[in-house]
Amino acid sequence: MIAGISIYEILTLTSILFFIGIYGFITRKNLISILISLELILNASAINFVIINKYLFPENLQGVFFSIFIIAVAAAETALAVAIIINLYRQISSVEVEDTEIMKF
Amino acid sequence: MNISYILLIPLIPLAVFLLLGFLNKKIKPAIPGYIGVLGLSASALLSFYAAYQYFFVHGKVAGVFQTFVEKTVWLNFTETLHIDMGILIDPISVMMLVVVSIVSLMVHIYSIGYMKGDDGYTRFFAYLSLFSFSMYGLVLATNLFQIYIFWELVGVSSYLLIGFYYTKTSAIAAAKKAFIVTRFADLGFLIGILIIGYYAGTFDFETLNNPEGSVILNWASTSFMGLSVITWALILIFIGGAGKSAMFPLHIWLPDAMEGPTPVSALIHAATMVVAGVYLVARLFPMYYFVEDGFVLNIVAYVGAFSCIFAAIIAITQTDIKRVLAFSTMSQIGYMMLALGVSSYDGHEGVGYMASMFHLFTHAMFKALLFLGAGSVIHAVHSNYLKDMGGLRKYMPITNITFLIAALAISGVPPFAGFWSKDEILVAAFEQNQLIYFVGLFVAGLTAFYIFRIYFGIFWGKDKKYEHAPKESPLSMTIPLIVLAIMSIVGGFIPFSEFITADKSGFEAHLNYPLAAVAVSVGLIGIILAWIFYKKENDLAERFSNAFGMFYKWTFHKFYFDELYMFVTKKIIFKRVSAPIAFFDKKYVDGTMEGIGNKTVLISEKIKGMQSGRFQDYAFFFISGTVVIALVFIYMWN
Repeated sequence: MIAGISIYEILTLTSILFFIGIYGFITRKNLISILISLELILNASAINFVIINKYLFPENLQGVFFSIFIIAVAAAETALAVAIIINLYRQISSVEVEDTEIMKF
Repeated sequence: MNISYILLIPLIPLAVFLLLGFLNKKIKPAIPGYIGVLGLSASALLSFYAAYQYFFVHGKVAGVFQTFVEKTVWLNFTETLHIDMGILIDPISVMMLVVVSIVSLMVHIYSIGYMKGDDGYTRFFAYLSLFSFSMYGLVLATNLFQIYIFWELVGVSSYLLIGFYYTKTSAIAAAKKAFIVTRFADLGFLIGILIIGYYAGTFDFETLNNPEGSVILNWASTSFMGLSVITWALILIFIGGAGKSAMFPLHIWLPDAMEGPTPVSALIHAATMVVAGVYLVARLFPMYYFVEDGFVLNIVAYVGAFSCIFAAIIAITQTDIKRVLAFSTMSQIGYMMLALGVSSYDGHEGVGYMASMFHLFTHAMFKALLFLGAGSVIHAVHSNYLKDMGGLRKYMPITNITFLIAALAISGVPPFAGFWSKDEILVAAFEQNQLIYFVGLFVAGLTAFYIFRIYFGIFWGKDKKYEHAPKESPLSMTIPLIVLAIMSIVGGFIPFSEFITADKSGFEAHLNYPLAAVAVSVGLIGIILAWIFYKKENDLAERFSNAFGMFYKWTFHKFYFDELYMFVTKKIIFKRVSAPIAFFDKKYVDGTMEGIGNKTVLISEKIKGMQSGRFQDYAFFFISGTVVIALVFIYMWN
């Protein structure tokens, strides 16, 4: 419970964060930027977990645990994605998303 | 009597077939022949031993030959209706074992010489073994369905062997023709079997053939279109038999089957497979005799008699010696059929049955001999046609003498084998049906004429100049000729009537001297006419054929039956029935299915642009989809 702030305000904040992430994910051309947008999405959902847990079920802690999991998974995923991007860069000397179309074939 | 060892008789050739078939090219050229001969010798020895055991030691109990059966249930339908696999030993199956063994063994030995150096040497012996296996299986079958299975197997072997030279167009066409025509006839056989299965409730020969059994006693219980259903079944089964035995309307495949190698013609298309139809009728003889008071037997008799005279007339005009022999085979099988047709059941009344089996036996010997002799001649002069032959007696003495013996045997000259059996047939016909008797007698004359026509044409006649002087065939080919010649001489002295009769009890047969004298003199007239026409080169034959004119031309073209069938199938069935159905099938049935496929391809062509390969596009679709679903849920849920 945070005094003076209702759940709706926080949920509005996370929704805005989430859709900023989505927007960035779809419109960015650089793979690294896309990865950063993805982090925004993940953070928005992690905050949601914590807030909902705190406001609706204060006696439980599962939501908090989930957010910790999400952070761990996000770290692993970022490491993996960066590795892929580096490998891709070695192949095509570019991290622009248009240039990855050759992977369709 | 312990009969389990008889199971080995068909299994040994099967093993040889599998061995040769799998080894095929990995085997040295000369070996397959020896393996084949060895395997078949084993089967033949077992057959002879079985025959000795059956006829002279264990077979007869209280004056009646017993039937021994050993079988296992293979497929179970109902309490009584089941398909068994097993072996059945009775006089005719043992007799057939001996016939198949002798002829097949001789043909195997002969083929070592005849097929030497051929590309498909191994394949040839593998097929021969397959055929021997199927034929033994057919002979030993315990029930209708088992006989049908092996019936088709001999059909396949025959197809494979006719089409043995598969690079020759005519051979392929002949193989297909033989297979299709006999298969068409077998459709009748199959329907007959199914009717028997449904109405009689059993396939078992022993139950079906029991004269006091329920099947024969209750034949009239259900009728269809004025005849008992069992009668219909027997007619249909006879159609199957007629197809395999090349009886009149279904005979067209047999002459063409001569495209196969000559040993094959001797084994399959003269001595064994083509008599399967006769064997089938003989196997079901009590049914044929008792059901509808022998109505179907009359059909058998008339079909046999007609085929007999029809084929004999055609045989006179053919110029390909193998085709003459093919028509002669058809004619002789007609004899066997008509003998069965005029036969009764009990004791001496059953002389026709006995004569038919007797003629089957002797015919197998002398006709195989004729074919192998013809093969020997063809081997020497490399042609099937009479015009390329003449005066060969100087070059090929053994072939000449053995061929002469066979020709005398088939002409019914005493004391050769054919005389005795043909005499019994004529006696049986004379007692039952005078018309058929005179047909038989007339054909006896024709037979003597056409066979001596080719004999004189090959070995006497004009002294032809050959580019390479023909020489006598090797020992592997002449030994079978000599063995079969001996069989053709002594075969007639076997007292068949004591061993093989319809009621299995045997009787004393006597020579009917007046009838025999008439038959022999008719045969001699045929021979003398042939002597006058063909002994020395002269134009008498040509003058006669010109005098007959139209009739000669019709006969030469086998009464245009091939053309008639071609017309019926191509112009009427294919064009008027099959073509519209095929059109409907292609246009509408296939059209619907192909339309569905084409539309799918078309749509996917249109929408494949959506798969751009840009993952952001996919993410966009995915997210918009999620948003849409979320909105739907939010606003529609309550």
